[in-house]
Amino acid sequence: MRVMAMIAAMALLLFAACERERRDFRTPTSAASPGDTGVEQSPLHPGGGPPLKPGESESEANGGAGPYEYNAYAVAEGQKLYMAFNCVGCHFHGGGGIGSPLMDANWIYGSQPQNIHDTIVEGRPNGMPSFRGRIPDYQVWQIVAYVRSMSGQLPPTVRPGRSDNMNIKKPEQVIPSEHPQQR
Amino acid sequence: MRASKYLRWGCFAAVAMLSACGGRQNQQTMLHPVGPMSGRIESLWWFIFVIAVAVFVIVWIFLAGAAAKRKVQEQLPPDVYPDPSYEQKLLRRVMVATGITVIVLFAILGHSVITSKYMNSLQSKNPVSIQVYGHQWWWEVQYPNPDVSQWVTTANEIHVPVGVPVVLQTGSRDVIHSFWAPNIHGKRDLIPGQSSALWFQVDKEGTYRGQCAEFCGHQHAHMAFYIVAETPEKFQAWLEQQKKPAPEPSNDVLKHGKEVLEKGTCVMCHTVRGTNAGSRLGPDLTHVGSRLSIAAGTLPNNAGSLGGWISDPQAIKPGVRMPPNPMSSEDLQALVAYLQSLK
Repeated sequence: MRVMAMIAAMALLLFAACERERRDFRTPTSAASPGDTGVEQSPLHPGGGPPLKPGESESEANGGAGPYEYNAYAVAEGQKLYMAFNCVGCHFHGGGGIGSPLMDANWIYGSQPQNIHDTIVEGRPNGMPSFRGRIPDYQVWQIVAYVRSMSGQLPPTVRPGRSDNMNIKKPEQVIPSEHPQQR
Repeated sequence: MRASKYLRWGCFAAVAMLSACGGRQNQQTMLHPVGPMSGRIESLWWFIFVIAVAVFVIVWIFLAGAAAKRKVQEQLPPDVYPDPSYEQKLLRRVMVATGITVIVLFAILGHSVITSKYMNSLQSKNPVSIQVYGHQWWWEVQYPNPDVSQWVTTANEIHVPVGVPVVLQTGSRDVIHSFWAPNIHGKRDLIPGQSSALWFQVDKEGTYRGQCAEFCGHQHAHMAFYIVAETPEKFQAWLEQQKKPAPEPSNDVLKHGKEVLEKGTCVMCHTVRGTNAGSRLGPDLTHVGSRLSIAAGTLPNNAGSLGGWISDPQAIKPGVRMPPNPMSSEDLQALVAYLQSLK
């Protein structure tokens, strides 16, 4: 009997990991057109909850926290996009250089998800470009989640254990020894 | 009654197998080889097939014989003392069967060694050189040129001249893929961080489908490409056209389409040579209008599928790297018209 109870408890524990890797390929995007005034004449909404209001982001609809803070897949996607959209060009792999470092505790424009979202979308003085209209909103939020993981602000269970990308060079361990020419 | 049922099922299975052999000439199958490489692979395949069928039939004959004999023996009293001459006879039979098996296996080994040696025999001083890289889930195709401005990059479509040796340099940009055009050559695995070369030749004009043959993630099944074999003159004309940058938009709708492309999300991932779009994450779209298909052989290249693909690729290929791009219908139609004008 005790064994059965323990097996049941273990099986339940497995389910606790389900949300971590959930993949939503069809992320809801704002369908509002630029001319939308945001006025609703009816409290009825087709297909579930109310649609996003013009200008309202998914995080606001989610009550302020970034929508991807508890999803390891989204954070890994954010990591890929961080490389792909050349964030590394200025911020490097978190250490900073041309842009400010992202792996320390200093946040000039705020460390909250909404602050980082605004930084990416609106840009900041002294060089941070504005990506408004260039990156779909859900991808901005994935990048936000990854950026926050760089300074350990996400739960350790969702932070990436390694890069999804291919290593650009072989490990030093396996590189054959060179014989530098004396001039 | 039961025997006729088995017979019926057997006939059904045989017809089903045979129906896979026929079909159109351009079907994706190694049983319709169009080059020297796949021709040798096909002959090896038939060699092994004939042997395997013969072995199958012989084994069944002996099995049926043994089963029938067993029934008769059951009525006799069990023989406690083995008959030495009968044992000797059985031993000889087993030794002969083992000897034949070893000879047949060595024949198959020899044939496949000769075939694989032939696969490396194609050489040419003046081949067509092409580079192919696997991505999740599409193919990047490059025609290198010493003059970098003449370098051609396209996607999911490999044009080759007929009767000329082609050397294909392969690689992967993310995970392990496998390049396989069954009518032309065998499979070649694309390993991240490693490059390899593959020689082949196509002797017959036509369009041949190929696909990824190594499971590479969610949309592995939608990762096809086409090899278009054409006369050397047609191939040269195609290559010259591909070297050109994208044509300037000729009317207001196309101008608006170019504006949508340059000011929206497209530029974060795609290149259109001759415009401000210069990212290399997604396929190069410089001459997208000239291609046979979009989304790596998933959809035919026409206005309808382009529009659907741009608005919601996740509905067509869930998990693909391209995000949905909601936009006004005016913008979308202009963008589709512009992309179609890029011949």
